[in-house]
Amino acid sequence: MERQATAAPAIELKGISKAFGPVQANKDISIRVMPGTIHGIIGENGAGKSTLMSILYGFYKADKGEIFISGKKTDIPDSQAAIAAGIGMVFQHFKLVENFTVLENIILGAEDGGLLKPSLSKARKSLLKLADDYGLRVDPDALIQDIGVGMQQRVEILKALYRQADILILDEPTGVLTPAEADQLFRILGRLKSEGKTIILITHKLREIMETTDTVSVMRRGEMTATVKTSETSPAQLAELMVGRKVLLRVDKDIAKPGEVILDIKGLRVVDDKGVERLRGIDLQVRAGEILGVAGVAGNGQSELLEVLGGYRIGTGSVRVNGQELDLTGKHSDGQSRRKHGIAHVPEDRQREGLIMDYHAWENTAFGYHKDPAYRSGILMNNAAIKADTVEKMERFDVRPPNPKLAAKSFSGGNQQKLVLAREIERNPDLLLIGQPTRGVDIGAIEFIHQQIVALRDQGKAILLVSVELEEILALSDRVAVMFDGQVMGTRDASATDEKELGLMMAGITEAQTPPMEA
Amino acid sequence: MDVMPKWAEVVLVPLISLLLAAILSALVILGIGEDPVAAVKLMISGALGSTYGWGYTLYYATNFMFTGLCVAIAFHARLFNIGGEGQAMLGGLGVALACLYIPWPHWSLALLGATTMAAIFGATWAAIPAFLQAKRGSHIVITTIMFNFIAAAVLNYTLVNLMRPAGSMDPATARFPDATKLPTLHDMLAPIGINFSKAAPANISLLVAIAACIFLWVLIWRTRLGYEIRAYGHSESAAKYAGISPFKITMIAMTISGALAGMMAINNVMGEAERLVLNATEGAGFIGIAVALMGRSHPLGVFLAAILFGFLYQGGAELALWTTIPRELIVVIQALVILFTGALDNMVRMPLEKIFLTVRSLRPPKPERKPVEPAE
Repeated sequence: MERQATAAPAIELKGISKAFGPVQANKDISIRVMPGTIHGIIGENGAGKSTLMSILYGFYKADKGEIFISGKKTDIPDSQAAIAAGIGMVFQHFKLVENFTVLENIILGAEDGGLLKPSLSKARKSLLKLADDYGLRVDPDALIQDIGVGMQQRVEILKALYRQADILILDEPTGVLTPAEADQLFRILGRLKSEGKTIILITHKLREIMETTDTVSVMRRGEMTATVKTSETSPAQLAELMVGRKVLLRVDKDIAKPGEVILDIKGLRVVDDKGVERLRGIDLQVRAGEILGVAGVAGNGQSELLEVLGGYRIGTGSVRVNGQELDLTGKHSDGQSRRKHGIAHVPEDRQREGLIMDYHAWENTAFGYHKDPAYRSGILMNNAAIKADTVEKMERFDVRPPNPKLAAKSFSGGNQQKLVLAREIERNPDLLLIGQPTRGVDIGAIEFIHQQIVALRDQGKAILLVSVELEEILALSDRVAVMFDGQVMGTRDASATDEKELGLMMAGITEAQTPPMEA
Repeated sequence: MDVMPKWAEVVLVPLISLLLAAILSALVILGIGEDPVAAVKLMISGALGSTYGWGYTLYYATNFMFTGLCVAIAFHARLFNIGGEGQAMLGGLGVALACLYIPWPHWSLALLGATTMAAIFGATWAAIPAFLQAKRGSHIVITTIMFNFIAAAVLNYTLVNLMRPAGSMDPATARFPDATKLPTLHDMLAPIGINFSKAAPANISLLVAIAACIFLWVLIWRTRLGYEIRAYGHSESAAKYAGISPFKITMIAMTISGALAGMMAINNVMGEAERLVLNATEGAGFIGIAVALMGRSHPLGVFLAAILFGFLYQGGAELALWTTIPRELIVVIQALVILFTGALDNMVRMPLEKIFLTVRSLRPPKPERKPVEPAE
């Protein structure tokens, strides 16, 4: 560290400001990132992290401010200029062509000349060298669609390195990774750092910041509130800096008092449109007054489980709710009939499923319940009643701004989620299906959402929680089921297990002595 | 938050688009050595300067209201129904059957019966592509286009081989009986002392079209069905989550759409020609697309856009009649209007949004939450 303190910073931003109309996304932001360090940028959704990085990568032009790369003032009008300045970006959503090979993806946009062959063979050579230098091994001839998410991310990093990036920006890199893959990524980042690369890590996960970064900057509402050495701070302090007030990082809850079985799933199977078996005989039970957490890496059948239970995917097997058999294939296999069975569903993707983004908040309050007699007057919809109901729900769930006439897309992620939660929880369901309750939701809202879920449990409702955030699963659940490859690997009491055991199960490794499922 | 106030969105954007189209048209007219000012004067006086002109403008507008609504309702379900033309042709067949083979005692009953038949025929013609889309995934744009050709062929066959009166050389049906003659605006306005041109074809169908606009507004914005249609149009995945059946919505939206296109036939077939001829629709089904685009798929917008296009049609016909401006150029002008109001919408919208944003940021800032400096 001492050595680097004298060198010019790899990146220095001075007084960067950017406004989108009336919204000030970045206000007078200055940071210095020393070469050969990992610098974390943490902040809630909408704090302006992505805007700042987009300015650095040339997607937006700053209204004010200067950028210095290695001490030299640099203008970055577009991403070509950013690449030329040695900046590489790994996006949250990978920008890879699925049916191209790794090699083809790496040269995409950086081909030399009109013929592919020379570029490919040149890339193949430098890929081998990069693999040696940084321990980033990939099969250059594998198709992107055939390799795992962790590997795809590696390809993104290689793409940047191939373009001779000295500065790597990673935007929420662990969102789609298993704990093991995330650890692997951090080892790679460590290696890159020791080779002299500079890394900027954007994340909202405090743990990652604490474990990997040298320095961390906290952003709140477009402003940089603090830059501190990671070794001199604590998660609690960072959380407070992010939110602007003290935050409860643990969920307060009493021991569950499970009642009778509400949801009883036996031998549930799902075959998708391509003929792939997504659920391969699921057995699960959820009792009244308990939260069953379903853990697993994304894509191991959790989404399909929620969709079948929610009524918009066909399955076979037996699902009973309150002792009544659900129709899984026929005429009554839709969201409307499920709601009549007392099932409420907060879907995993609120923007694709839970909300109509162009509908007003009040229209979204009726979504799925629009046939409710309370929302009807004659053959017409009773819009006034829906609006009044929305105002109430917005108040109870602290949705901000409390304006029912705003379109759903105008709310922040956390407030959108509160809109969905208010709609579903206030129906007083017997069974709540809830997927990724806090994905893309800021810390302040996470606290509130967790409290609401626990409160519903304490009212004696059954809750099936699906989340890829192991921390969340452990914090909320009374029992944890782990899914892998369309099967339940096992069920554990939340109090009697830990991240390590669940992490192994998520990777498909079971100990020989898996306890039998309770009756 | 919306970038622009609603009035700018609804009024300003289409007006500027129209103005741009007018300027470009003027240049084209100048280019062929005619006087654009005189041309505009002629168009206005020809289309709006007399009750005769108004009668034609409103007659065309009635057609465009039906076809515009047809496209609009499908748009709300994110379905692009290009088949309005074919559905309107089939609607004409329905009207002809109703008028020729049922002895109606009074025009009002005939209108009711013919409207029903027109709607059923148009709806059926739209329901087939809808079914193919919903069940088989055949793209509705392709199938509705193909169904336009099939409709034309069906009509051709029917008129030539089945419905042509014996001995007639004209591929058209016999004239409808007098009992099915609809009152024109002249007949309707005479009792209240307004002397409307007798020769103009605008008739009571105009009122049916206006009623259809109102009906559609209620349907889209005030009923559960409209709510479901719009939800499906915005997001199919969300609709599935809510338990809205994509099959049901596709079928219903297209059926209503086809019925509306079919109903156009009460205006052009029953109200004007009083017999079914080949090519009775005269491309109104396609104009409906432009009308729906310009009217933002809102029934009121469709109503206004339909009148504008009625004006362009009638004014254009006058131009062709009284000047040396060739007919083809009228089509160019109409195309420019469609281009600017429909396809190039964002060209006007985006700069306008920027202007509004700049104006807003220049406005004397509201007392910003300035931190009060503590006295030290």
